[in-house]
Amino acid sequence: MSNRLRRILAPIILLAFLFGLWELIVRIVGVPGYILPPPSRIVVTFFAQFGFLWSHAIVTLAEITFGLLLGSAGGLLLAAAIVYVPLIEWAVHPLIIASQMIPVFAIAPLLIVWLGYGLWPRVVVAALICFFPVAINGVDGLRATSSETLELFRSLGASRWQIFTKLRFPGSLPALFSGWKIAATLAVVGATIGEWIGASRGLGFLMLESNARLRIALVFAAILMLTLVGLLLFGIVRIIERLVLRWRRPASE
Amino acid sequence: MAASGPILEVDGLAVSFPAKGHRTEVLEDLSLALDRGTWTTCLGPSGCGKTTLLRAIAGLIEPDRGSIRVDAEFAGLSQIAYLPQQDTLLPWRTALRNAILGSEIERRPRADAIRQAQGLFERFGLASAMDQYPSQLSGGMRQRVAVIRTYLTHREILLLDEPLGALDPLTRTDLQQWLLDVWGELGKTVLLVTHDVEEALLLSDSVLIMTPRPARISRIIEPELPRPRSRTASDFIDQKETILGLLTGGKP
Repeated sequence: MSNRLRRILAPIILLAFLFGLWELIVRIVGVPGYILPPPSRIVVTFFAQFGFLWSHAIVTLAEITFGLLLGSAGGLLLAAAIVYVPLIEWAVHPLIIASQMIPVFAIAPLLIVWLGYGLWPRVVVAALICFFPVAINGVDGLRATSSETLELFRSLGASRWQIFTKLRFPGSLPALFSGWKIAATLAVVGATIGEWIGASRGLGFLMLESNARLRIALVFAAILMLTLVGLLLFGIVRIIERLVLRWRRPASE
Repeated sequence: MAASGPILEVDGLAVSFPAKGHRTEVLEDLSLALDRGTWTTCLGPSGCGKTTLLRAIAGLIEPDRGSIRVDAEFAGLSQIAYLPQQDTLLPWRTALRNAILGSEIERRPRADAIRQAQGLFERFGLASAMDQYPSQLSGGMRQRVAVIRTYLTHREILLLDEPLGALDPLTRTDLQQWLLDVWGELGKTVLLVTHDVEEALLLSDSVLIMTPRPARISRIIEPELPRPRSRTASDFIDQKETILGLLTGGKP
């Protein structure tokens, strides 16, 4: 068996084993379905309710996407400001790190007070959570430029803007994409938290509501859907990364 | 424009760097002059300040004293192209797009720059490298691309900082001949720094011997060797011995 095939199969086999164990224990012990349904029932529910789940997933996907875009743009801008303006670095850098100690849960209810019950509070929660890995990786990436290359640009008479667009920004992309991949997974968490605090649609809302009604199979089906949405988003970021960083591949082989 | 007289004149250049409370003198009262279209090589021991000299001429460090004039003008930086010692090709650009970097920064028409670069790539054996990324090229090919990039800055004076320093001896010999071919066809005034005596003798119209830190020019040698030069000719070997003698301070 090729190494590649083995690597694809390994997690699938582990997952199948764990689900098999779960199924077996639930059936042998006779756990009631409203406490822990067997995986088979979750899968059946997932497909039976697919249209319903999807109608909620679209809302969550929109929140995640807007949150990711907003958080990435904010993170990138702040990273550039930190790298270019020393005063901003001294003033803002420690505060950003400190801000990460505040749980997003604590801010989310306030956002609903400020922004109402629309899509926006959830988008902002997702953006707040995405922003950090993008900003931190952006700062590292923008600083990764070697001093020799910088001197080459200066000897060619490059302006600050040219140094940014032709040297620092393209050079920061590998680090930025690492940040974006983390942000894509965190955005899912952010949007779900946002929906828990206050929403009338979306997978997070559905989980909470189904939980209250003891429709546990539906809770798990929603979790499954959320996982798939998150993987889809992560996959899209990976594909964009591969296209943009085409030049990297020969070196990594 | 003064057509006669040296194109580049460095006069009484002194550069020092701060180090633990005092300043370390790197260059001290260094003077040199380059004639238009000639190849000059600064030869000196490692760490004597060769790179500092080029960076000062390129305007990247402020000298403590001394003047640098191009065509008798003080503000001649736009006539100087600098090739740093380290690999400075941008890994996300193909070889061809790396080569047109200078034109791009000076906002010259892109189509012209590409056409011109393609012409040079084909003429100097780089046609196959055009659309490759630096990571796909050998060290020798990367240096060739970097040299073409330096030529395509359309500047009259090229400063080359040990462009062949990191290459294996075989590739190095190959590239020395290649540099001569390019220089023979494209002209330009070249100032090379190296610690390789053979390289200096093979390529240069004049060889400037540098002293250890703080560096000055201690001797100017103009190898009266007919081109193309051969490493095995007895004249060549004699000159090499002479220069080695000067570099080691007369010791045997």
